[in-house]
This record gives sequence, C-alpha cells and structure tokens, in this order.
Amino acid sequence: MIHAQARVAGFDKALLFVVPAALFMLLLFVYPFVYGLVLSFEPKDGGALANYHKFFSSSRLWPTVGTTLKLALPATIINVFVALPIAYRMRVRSRWQRVLTTLLVVPITLGTVLIAEGMLTYFGPRGWLAQFLQVTHLYDGAIRLTHNYWGVLISLVISGFPFAFLLILSYITGIDPVLARAASTLGADRKAQFRHIYLPLLAPGLAMCFCLAFVQAFSVFPSAVLLGAPAGPTRVISIAAYEAAFEQYDYSLASAIAMIMGAVQLVIVAFVLSLRGWFYKGPVTGGKG
Amino acid sequence: MKHDFSELRLDRVTRRFAGSGGNAFNALNDLTLTVRRGEFIALLGPSGCGKSTALNCVAGLLPLSGGTIRLDDTRIDTLPPERRGFGMVFQNYALFPHMSVVKNIGFGLRMRGMTQADAAPRIANALRLVQLTGQESKLPGQLSGGQQQRVAIARAIVIEPPLILMDEPLSNLDAKLRLETRSEIRRIHRELGRATIYVTHDQDEALSLADRIVVMKDGVVQQIGTPEEVYAQPANIHVARFMGYRNVIELPVTSERDGRVTLEAPDMRLTGVAKLPLDGGRALVAMRPEEITIASEPAATNVIGGRVDSVEYGGRDSLVEVVTSSGARLHVRAAGKVSPGANVFVHVPPERVLVYPGEAQ
Amino acid sequence: MDNATIAPHRLPAIPSIRASRGNAVAERAWRALLLGLITLFLVNIALMIAAVATNSFASRWLGTWLPQGWTSSWYVDAWKEFQLASILWVTVEVVVAVVVLSLVLGVPAAYTLARREFRGKRALMLLFLLPLMVPPITYGIPLATVLYQTGLGGTLLGVILANLIPAAPFVILVMTPFIEQIDPNLEAAARVFGANTWRTFVHVLVPLLGPGILAASLLVLVRTIALFELTFLTAGPDSQTLVVALYYAVFAAGVRAPQSVDAMAMIYMAVTLVWLLIALRFVNPTQLVSRVKEHPQTA
Repeated sequence: MIHAQARVAGFDKALLFVVPAALFMLLLFVYPFVYGLVLSFEPKDGGALANYHKFFSSSRLWPTVGTTLKLALPATIINVFVALPIAYRMRVRSRWQRVLTTLLVVPITLGTVLIAEGMLTYFGPRGWLAQFLQVTHLYDGAIRLTHNYWGVLISLVISGFPFAFLLILSYITGIDPVLARAASTLGADRKAQFRHIYLPLLAPGLAMCFCLAFVQAFSVFPSAVLLGAPAGPTRVISIAAYEAAFEQYDYSLASAIAMIMGAVQLVIVAFVLSLRGWFYKGPVTGGKG
Repeated sequence: MKHDFSELRLDRVTRRFAGSGGNAFNALNDLTLTVRRGEFIALLGPSGCGKSTALNCVAGLLPLSGGTIRLDDTRIDTLPPERRGFGMVFQNYALFPHMSVVKNIGFGLRMRGMTQADAAPRIANALRLVQLTGQESKLPGQLSGGQQQRVAIARAIVIEPPLILMDEPLSNLDAKLRLETRSEIRRIHRELGRATIYVTHDQDEALSLADRIVVMKDGVVQQIGTPEEVYAQPANIHVARFMGYRNVIELPVTSERDGRVTLEAPDMRLTGVAKLPLDGGRALVAMRPEEITIASEPAATNVIGGRVDSVEYGGRDSLVEVVTSSGARLHVRAAGKVSPGANVFVHVPPERVLVYPGEAQ
Repeated sequence: MDNATIAPHRLPAIPSIRASRGNAVAERAWRALLLGLITLFLVNIALMIAAVATNSFASRWLGTWLPQGWTSSWYVDAWKEFQLASILWVTVEVVVAVVVLSLVLGVPAAYTLARREFRGKRALMLLFLLPLMVPPITYGIPLATVLYQTGLGGTLLGVILANLIPAAPFVILVMTPFIEQIDPNLEAAARVFGANTWRTFVHVLVPLLGPGILAASLLVLVRTIALFELTFLTAGPDSQTLVVALYYAVFAAGVRAPQSVDAMAMIYMAVTLVWLLIALRFVNPTQLVSRVKEHPQTA
C-alpha cells in the first residue's frame, strides 16, 4: 500500500523511526562483514591473497567446500521436493493441515543441538531403531547412522524439512483455488491442474524456498561436529572457519574462509534465482481480487 | 461431450451443507429445472439463496447430495468437471495470471489436445467476437476489469460448449461498464445461440437477458417464468418483494370471491387479485411504485389518502413517499410536480394489487 | 488475409475430452506413500524425543528395549554438574534483553517501512532482510572477530548484541503485516485531533499493535532460546546460554555419563516447549518460520 502523506511542514518525523534499527544493522552486521572482508586480505604472513591461496592449496581446507556441498545439496533437494507434494495435498484448509503444521513446528524450535543428541540416542548402534530393525529382521547387522555422513544428512532433513514444508505451504495457499476450478471446467484433470496452473505459479516461491533451505543446510555446524566425523568425511566449511578462529586464533584466515563460504552460497543462490526468471513474475490472484 | 443437446434436466437437485454447530442445512433443495437448447436461463435471488450453489453443481465443482442432472439421456452429475465440457465464466474472472490472453483463451483447446496451429484461428475468432483483437500477448494483470471479463467470456465460448455457465460476471464492474458488457453478452448469445445459465442478484440483468428466470430463496425455487411473468405476476410474496414490489402492507380480508379480494383498514380500502389461496383473516398486499398514480382528488375505487412525506427527484419521474393516517408508507413513482407536505390521493388499478397469504409468524 | 470470422465448419474440429488415464489405484497408492512418509517422519521424531526422555530417567540402559532401572538422580546431578542454575539465569537475561531491545528497534522501523515511501526504501529493506537470509555462521565469524577485537567478546553484552542481529529484522518482518492491517485513517483521525507523530505512535498504534507485539515477542523468544551459532561464537565461559551448554555437554559426552547429558537435554527441551506452547496459543505456526514475503513488484 502506498500512502502518499502530505507533509504539512518540513520533515516527516516518522522517518526517524528507522534510524536506530538501521544504525544497529550497519554497525553490527555490515561493519563486521566489511571488516572481515578487509581482514581476510591482511593475513598473518604473506601477500593480500595469501589466505585464499592457503585455502585452496591446503588439503585440510579446500575439500571442505565439496564436503559441505555433498551434504547440503542432497538435503535441500530432499527437503524441498518431498515437501512439495505433501504441501500440495495439504493446500485445502482443514483440521489435518493445522495439526500437521503445528506438529512440524516442534522440530524447528527444538534446534539442531537437541536433534543431534536425540539422534545419538535413538539412531545409535544400541538405540531403539537398531533394536527394532534387529527384532523385525528388516536389516541384520549393525546400523551406522551416527558419527558419519548419514547422521548429518538425516539431521539436516529433520531440521530442514519442516521449514521447507511450512514455507511451500504458505506459497501454495496463496494461490487462489478458483484458478484450479476454472482449469477443471476447461478440461484439466488433477495432474494437468498441477502442471499448468500450480507449478508455474509456484516456481518463483519454490526457487526462493530452495535458496533459503540450501543456505541453512550449507552452514551446518553443530550436527557435523556432534553427529558426524568432523575429522574427515563431514568436515564442513564452518568447522574449518571455527578452527581457524578459535583454535589457531588466525582471525584473518577465519574471515577468509567465511567469505569463501558466503561466496559459494551466493553463486548457487544466484544460479537458482536466475532459473526462476524463466517462469512467471507477478501476483498470483486470478483477477481484480 | 456432445457439442449440442436438446435438453439439460435437473431433477430434485439437492445440496446439503454441514453448518456450524452441527446444523446441516440445505443450500439447495429439490431444484427441478429443464434447460432447452439455446435457452438463456437466469438464476435470480438474494445472496445465500443457492443460485451459485446450483451453478457449481451443474459445473461439477460441487457434488450433489441428492437428485440427478442429465444431459439428454446421459447422466452427468457423476462426472468430474473436466469431463462435462461446459464453459464457465467466474465472478472474479479467474484468468490464469501467468498466461497471455491467447494462452488463456486457448487453454481449453489445449486440454483437448488441439495443436497450436489448429487452435489459432478459433482463438482469433473468439477475440473478434469479444472485440479484443490486438490484446493477444497481454497478461491479465495488464488488462482492465472489463477487458479481463471479456477474455473470460472468450475462454468459455471458444471450446464450443453445449452450455455456458456464468456466475455473476458483471458484479465486479462499475455501473457504466456493466451496462455495456451486458449488451455484449446479449449480442454474443444471439450470435452463438448456446444455452446459458446466468446467476445474478440484479433483477435488471435477469429481466433484460433471460428467456426464463428462476427466482430462488433459501435454496428453494420460488418461481420459474418468462421475464414478463415474473415481473408482472410474481408467484409469491418473496418474488414480489425481490422484483420491486416495494409496497407490501398487511391488511385484514373482508371478502373474497372468484379470486377478487377486498381488504379494509381504517385508512384504506383496496380490491385486488389473489395470487395464491388465502388462509386466515389477514393477507399481504403488494403494489409496484410504478403502478401507483397520484391524483389530487379521489377516484372511484382503490384510492388511498395520505400526506407527501418526501420527494426524491429522479429526472424523468420522482420517488414520492406518502404516509397514510395510520402511518403506512407508500412508495410511488410519479411524473410531474409534487410538493412535500401536500395532501394527495393515490390510486392503484385492482388488477395490479396483488394479494398473497399472510406470512407465517 | 481477410478479417472476417472464419466459418466454424471450415476450421479443424475440436476434439472431445478424453477420459483421463489416471486410475484410482495409482492415485491411492500415491496418497498412501505421502501419508507414509509423513507418518514415518513424525513417528521417528517422537520416538527420538522419547528415547532421550527415557534415557534421562534410566539408571542403566544398554541395548535393551527399556532401561534396567529408573532414577531421577541424573537431573539433580545435571543441575549441579552443569551449573544449570547460573546458565538458566544467563539465558533469561539474554533472552529478555534481546526481546525488549528487538522490539524497541524493530517496531518503529516496521511502522515507517509499512507506512511511508521514501528514496532508498528498497535498499533499507534489503539491509533488514539480509541477516535473516544469511546463515548465522557466515556473518557470525566476522562478528565474533570484531567483538573480540573491541573487547566485547565473551561478555554478556556481546552475546546480547549478537543475538539481536537476527532478532530485530525478524520483528520487522512479523510486525509489518500487523501494521498494514491497521486502518491508516485512524492515524489521520489522531492527527486531526492534534496528536503529533510520537504521540500517535504511543497512544494509538502501540495499543492496537498489542497482539502483534505479543506475537513478535514470543517468536523472538523461542528463536533466541534455540539459536546456537551466534551465542557459541561470542560467548565466554560465564555467558553461555542453555543451548550452548547443552552442546558442550554432548560434545564431552564420552567423559560424562550420557544419561546426565540427556537429563540436561530434557531440561532444555522442557524450557523450549513451554514457551513454544505458549507461543502457539497466540501465533500461527507458519509465522515461526522466517517467511520472506515477496512483494509483487520485486518478484
């Protein structure tokens, strides 16, 4: 809504209201970021790009990018593309929708640390899941779902799926259902309605959801340490940054790693968002609504 | 689906809604109606009367709780909407916002497997019919309300459906555009000759467009008739009230013979025509403002005396409110000059005094 | 090319609708699959939580369905071992401070963003949205660097400031639709009756925004309790919040008995769940997710 306020005299005091928040953001978000960026070019020893050179040449550092991507991308793809059909089913406002939505909020709020501890107890080699599988002979032999890649992946799905689901659900319910009804009177069955009406209108939202879910997954940290094998297979880039900052006290290198982390995220986000430009841009109502 | 038919039969169509607090109620109760080929039917009534429910049931967007719908010999109420092949125009147009005008109109053809090349001339014809040639590649968001409405109409007719359904298509347009688009709809119907079911709460639209009008209230059909019948001979007091018989007065019946009823009150004595069997000593009298004339002296029968309370100037005539000695208010359309405060006599011809049984208390 | 309408009978005929090949069986199988996935997901999470709960009350539990014995001594131990009393107090301080400050910063800013147009508004909105879209680790590392350089690292104030960064924009995000819902004519009316901007804000808007402010506070509260990374990076040994303490407990789980760790996890969960349930009474679950609502103009 655009309110053109006629200002009687001078300056609109309401504009002052943003100043404290804006100032705060600038000081504590923008400034550290810029500071970190500059710092990354001032390494302890070596020229301006020494940190970055070190990152890409050290075998303890540059593989972390690949490791993190190997975790984040599958987790995001699972989260988004499993959430989509389920949210589509739930698009009608019903008691189920409310119940499911409320239930799914619980894992989000509990947080990654609790999920990690829960998984260690439940998915561990002597936990209930292992016992269940043994008793039912669904799988004989030890299950290894903790302290490895799978543990971290599962925890990323547990913490990321509800978020993706709620976000996609909110996008889907924003699409006027009368459009699907109109399509059905013109001969579109359920599959055609999804393909020609919902999917194109959802595409921008899906892309957004993918980006947000990916960014969350890419910065995985406590799960990788607690549930993974931080020395090797799940040595993610945030661990490398943390070690540089708090174990080696090399803040410059840590900032460089954080910048690289941000850059990789940016590349993937930009790529996904550029794909959505192919689809529709604009409001999702069907008329003068 | 056949492209042509001789009749669409709705047989005791009922739709039940589970209301809040466990009260189920019938949004639509035993609707029985036959639509013939090429006929323009208007479903008319106030909001909540079930007209939109009926339309959605015919379209297949709502399942029936009872009754059947048949297209000639085929039973269609068990078919989903995509198999019925009717064209539908929605109140909010429901244009697909991500598709151009051409793609919107061609959607039904595309669903039927028509190629782009085959569909193009039909889409062009439809655009010409609704006078939107030149807007092909615009998106709905770039069109005005009236243009969007015409795209919606084109989209429904291009598939050559046996039946066109319209759900209050004009209610979102401003007054001038409404009149213009109404003429468009009449013209299109004349050109195409397709059966149409048109839902509206506006009696002017129904009167001007329909071959037959179905007046509904609370899910029940009140009257089915031509516009002339519904306008001049409403079947019951609800239809009368809805069709503009603003003067409804409850009066005691003094005598009744051969359909002619006489009613008397201290301030008036009226003779009228009973439209329904009367029971009990009191009845409702309905009169149109346009059929009451103002005279300054009493004429023979059906004259009521009163004082002019207010005059609403309307150009061609004025809407005059006359108050009788007992406080009853009469709305009269009078040409000529009438002054507030003047004492007048109003006269209604007996054939235009319609008498109905009193409402159950 | 003539302009006249092409006669219908000269055009290719419109095909009739084919019956869709989709059969009810496939449809039902698909529905069963989705239902199965959701059930699997929810059941496993419930069991996971139950496992933690059971373990926290177990005296010994080694690879059997249920523990050998029950005890509640772990809770007492955990309380003492992890100094939960002081950690809880720190958590309360941090969370209350963050909620109050984020409201003070965010509500006026949300008002201006919702009601006024001005140059640079889009840039400002981006500035406020960025902390919600960039993950905490990415900006947390540079932030921790700055805080340690300025001597705020490891202090309670540092932790509060760090947690404020995602909290204030979240308040703005949540409050904006609330403000947009309020009829602008109310403010105009207040002005006509002589109130200036500040008094309009305090006496008219803030009371009307009550529900919104409550919602925003609860959401910020729940999120801050669970927010791990920022506190982890900026806290010192005596400014840890509950979730960070839990992390360290799990991390050192080899040294400590897992049951006491689980007892602490249950305490953490109880704290979070209590506030979550309170929040859900007042707030729509979808709002707990930071929703970046796209404006039609920018889509």
